[in-house]
Amino acid sequence: MLKRSIALLIITSSFFLQKAQAQNVDLFSEQNETESSDITTGTFKASRIVNGQSIENVGAGVLDFRILHRFGALSQGGYNLFGLDQATMRIGLDYGINSRLMVGVGRSTYEKQYDAFLKYRIIRQQDGNRHIPFSLSYAGTAIYKSLKEATTIYTPYVSDKFSFAHQVLLASKVNDYISLQLTPTLIHYNIVENKTMPNDFYSVGAGFRLRLSKRLNLTTEYYHRVDKLNGYYDPLTIGLDIETGGHVFQLHVTNSTGMTERTFINETTGSWSKGDLRFGFNISRVFTVRKPKELRGIQF
Amino acid sequence: MKKIILAFMVLASIHGVSVQQLQAQKVYATKTGQIIFNATGGVEKIAAANNQVDSKFVDATGQIIFGVLVKGFKFENQLMEDHFNENYMESTQFPKADFKGYIKNIKEVDLTKDGSYPINIEGVLTIHGTGNKVTTTGTIQIQQGKPTITGEFSIKIKEYGIKGLYIGEKIAADAKIKVNCKYQN
Repeated sequence: MLKRSIALLIITSSFFLQKAQAQNVDLFSEQNETESSDITTGTFKASRIVNGQSIENVGAGVLDFRILHRFGALSQGGYNLFGLDQATMRIGLDYGINSRLMVGVGRSTYEKQYDAFLKYRIIRQQDGNRHIPFSLSYAGTAIYKSLKEATTIYTPYVSDKFSFAHQVLLASKVNDYISLQLTPTLIHYNIVENKTMPNDFYSVGAGFRLRLSKRLNLTTEYYHRVDKLNGYYDPLTIGLDIETGGHVFQLHVTNSTGMTERTFINETTGSWSKGDLRFGFNISRVFTVRKPKELRGIQF
Repeated sequence: MKKIILAFMVLASIHGVSVQQLQAQKVYATKTGQIIFNATGGVEKIAAANNQVDSKFVDATGQIIFGVLVKGFKFENQLMEDHFNENYMESTQFPKADFKGYIKNIKEVDLTKDGSYPINIEGVLTIHGTGNKVTTTGTIQIQQGKPTITGEFSIKIKEYGIKGLYIGEKIAADAKIKVNCKYQN
C-alpha cells in the first residue's frame, strides 16, 4: 500500500513538474535568443580622413557635396598674409550607390585635374553574431591632368595624362574614442619624365582619429612613400573634424597642396621642417537623393 | 497514509488547474514588427523607422514585450543616423530598447473572432538604459485569426537620460512613437 502511494506520488509530482515548466510563459524573463550582427559605424567622421580616403562610405542614396580648400604656405610671410592670399581647391560630388559601394567625381584647380573614384566595402567591422575586429575596403582613383603643357618634342596622348591610385583601406575602431587606419597604396603613372623612372610607386598611409567630444574629433594622416620621387616630402596632416547637423567641417594643417591621391601622396612639395604648412578646410554637405527602402511609404 | 493520499489529492488538483491554464495560453510572436518615431523640432525632419521589431504577447495574461536594436532605426539621412547612434542614443553602450508590460483589458479581446478592439497597455519602456512607466491605448485588429497591434504615444526624450545640444530645438522635446506589429500564431 505504501509503495503504491509513493509510486502515485512520484507520478503526480512528475506531472506537476512538467506542468510547472510548461505553464511558465513569462515573456519578461525570456532571453533574446538571436542577436543580429552589430555593424560598427563612425570609425571616421567623413569619407576622407582629411586628404585621403577613409574607411567610411556615404550612405546608400546619399549625395555628398564636398568643397576642399587649401591656402598657401604659412612660410610665405606677411606679404601674402601667411598664405591666405593663395588658394587651391577641389569641388566634388560623391554618391552612395548602395551600403557598400560609393563613387565620386571631382575637379581640382591644381593642374586642372579631374578625378573619379570608386570605393567598395569588402569587410565590415562588427560584433554580435560574428565578431570581426576590423574593416577592409578598396578604393580606386583615376586622375586626369587637363593642364596644357609647354610644347615639347613629344606630343602626349590623352592616355598619358592619366594616373591611377589603388588603395587598400584597413581600419579598426578600437573604441568609441580611437580609430586607426592603415592604407597600402599603389600609384601608377601612365607616363613619367624619363625611362629610368618607374611607373609604379608604393606607399603606406596611416590614419588616426581621437574623439575629443561628441562633435569634435582630432585626426592625423600620414603617408610614408616607399618609392620616392626626388624633391618631394611625405605628407603629414593634422585636422579637426567639427560636426554640425548635416555638415562636417574638417579644419586642418597640411604640407600638401593637391587633393588627389597622386598629388598629395607623391608630389607634396612642402616640408614641415621648413614651415611650408598650409591651412585648409573641407566642407561636406549631404543630401538624401534616394530614401532607404525601409522608409518608403511611411507616414511619420 | 492519509497524509500521502492528501498530498496526492492536493497535487492532482493543482495539476488539474494548471492544465486548464496551459491549454488557454497562447503566445503570438513577430520579428518583423515596425516602430517609427518622429522627433522633428524644426525645419529638418528627424524621423526613423525600424522594421525588425521583436514582439510577443500572451493571450491569457495579456503580457506583452517589444524589443529593438537601436542601430536598426533607419533615417533618410545617413549622417543623422550616425549622430543618433553616437551622440544621442550611445548605441554601443545601450544597444537595445525594450518595452515590458501588459494589455490590461486582454479579457475583452476575442482573439478568435475577426474585428477591431481597443486596448489599454501599461508597462515599462527602457531606452538608453533608463526605464520609465508608459500607459497608452492602442488597437488590436484580428484578421483571419492573425492579430495586428497598432498604437501611438509620446515620450519625453530627456526622461531617458538622453542628452544633446539640439533637444528641445531642432529635435523636439517629445518624440512621437508609432507601433505596428502583425503577429503570427
